Amino acid sequence: MKILVVDDEEDVKSLFEQKFRREIRSGQFEFSFSFSGEQALAYLADHHSEVVMILSDINMPGMSGIELLKTIRKDHPQAPPQVMMITAYGDSANHDQAMEFGANDFLTKPVNFVELKEKLIEIL
Amino acid sequence: MGYFLIALFLVQYIRSAIQTKTQHPELDKILLYSRYASIALLSVYYIADEPEWYNWLWYVFLSALLVYCYLREEMKPFRTLIQGVIPYLVISVITDILEMVAPAFYKEWGDYLHIAGFFAFALCFVLWFYARKQQKVLLKEREDRLRDELASKAQKESLEYLVAERTQELTLQKEELQKTIEELKSTQNQLIQSEKMASLGELTAGIAHEIQNPLNFVNNFSEVSVELCQELEEEIDKTDLPDSDKDYIKEIIGDLSQNQQKITHHGKRADSIVKGMLQHSRISSGEKEPVEINALADEYMRLAYHGLRAKDKEFNSALLTDFDPSVGKVNVLPQDLGRVFLNLFTNAFYAVAEKKRMLTEKDPSTNYKPEVKISTRKFDNKLYIRVTDNGTGMPDHVIAKIFQPFFTTKPTGQGTGLGLSMSYDIITGGHGGVLDVESVPGEQTEFKITIPITESLE
Repeated sequence: MKILVVDDEEDVKSLFEQKFRREIRSGQFEFSFSFSGEQALAYLADHHSEVVMILSDINMPGMSGIELLKTIRKDHPQAPPQVMMITAYGDSANHDQAMEFGANDFLTKPVNFVELKEKLIEIL
Repeated sequence: MGYFLIALFLVQYIRSAIQTKTQHPELDKILLYSRYASIALLSVYYIADEPEWYNWLWYVFLSALLVYCYLREEMKPFRTLIQGVIPYLVISVITDILEMVAPAFYKEWGDYLHIAGFFAFALCFVLWFYARKQQKVLLKEREDRLRDELASKAQKESLEYLVAERTQELTLQKEELQKTIEELKSTQNQLIQSEKMASLGELTAGIAHEIQNPLNFVNNFSEVSVELCQELEEEIDKTDLPDSDKDYIKEIIGDLSQNQQKITHHGKRADSIVKGMLQHSRISSGEKEPVEINALADEYMRLAYHGLRAKDKEFNSALLTDFDPSVGKVNVLPQDLGRVFLNLFTNAFYAVAEKKRMLTEKDPSTNYKPEVKISTRKFDNKLYIRVTDNGTGMPDHVIAKIFQPFFTTKPTGQGTGLGLSMSYDIITGGHGGVLDVESVPGEQTEFKITIPITESLE
């Protein structure tokens, strides 16, 4: 199962790689990383059929997570990937907006990796 | 006969015109004598069977009277009148002289002289009438002037009254304005204070957001490092290294793991501070709803008390409640107000616990009885809440700072210094109320919450 993580913080990559070390090793999960909304769209254009799940930050310079979500829902109405939004602002306005534009789930930072792992396995 | 009339009228006129009887009694006497004299002269004239020479007596008498009157200072206004008599007198004298000296001439021109005399006599009365008329005009003018004076005096009095009234009004207004200025000044000070607090609160929330992301990484990486250490330890056992080396490596891994746990622990501490700071920015995001204030206060009082009891079994305090049952339900932000109660009670219990600890150190048999009291009141459409403790109290320089974020008197690690700052924001910002404090160092502290009651929207 291929998961695309979109966050402007590059350290997210090593954090995910270490947190899901065992799952990656066993081939249960496969992670790809994009550091901006634009980069994520370019990646999706090439590997759309592979990506099952997108984890995206909302507050990013340039294209925001919400804009990315809108674009994905517009460009790939058929067989859409699951999209989970992650943000530091856990207020209801942010949550409602994400859900309105078609997010499948919503997480607040700091990410609870145990919870995230459970959710990912559930989707799988 | 004509002389008599002149003398009589002249005297009478003068006497009445200038009121000699009251104004000039001495002059009046003389005038009266002259009148009697003229009457006497007339009587003697007829008694003596109208002698020819008698006119001369009249001339002397009249001349003396006229000269006397003419010279008197008081009779200046009658000079024209007196002058008017002179032609008649002169013509009469000339006529009589001519009769004696030149009887022939007199016979021829005597009629004309008598006619002239008659006209001069008439002139006297014309002048007299004229003077009288003028006198009347003058009198009228004087009366008018007097009336005007009276009117202007009355006007002046009413003006003075008005001025006094206005002055009174102005004085009152000035006092009111001064009071308003003082009120404005104190309001301005309060505004500056709350503005400072508000900007500090915003700044705090902003900083918290910026810190939270890097702090998340610190916490996450340290957590994952602990897991990695465990994995590493497991992997070591699979190798063929000698046991002594394995033990040494495991010892190092143990230290590393412990360090990571310390990083996680302190990271979590920082995280809870950041969370506290972030709560500032979440104030008044919720909806106000009608809440039973007495029940809410009671609930949080017990919550704070048992929270402290759980940490410190020794601790105890009397919980006094003085609830006004008329308070009932008030529109508030229940979670925010709950936090304020929790903060105030936690501080109150801390203050009494500290005082007890200090007193027990000095004298183990102290009979200090810790007390924390909550009272609620409702009047004038306002809700008043007081949280009072008989704890350590605060000096003024501490009171000045207690609502500032990060100000705390508790030892490091025990307080974030955000509780009261946040409570202040909740009461003033979220509820439009006032949070105030009064304290007697070493005796007691009282926090006063005043919240305007807004009618709930049905």
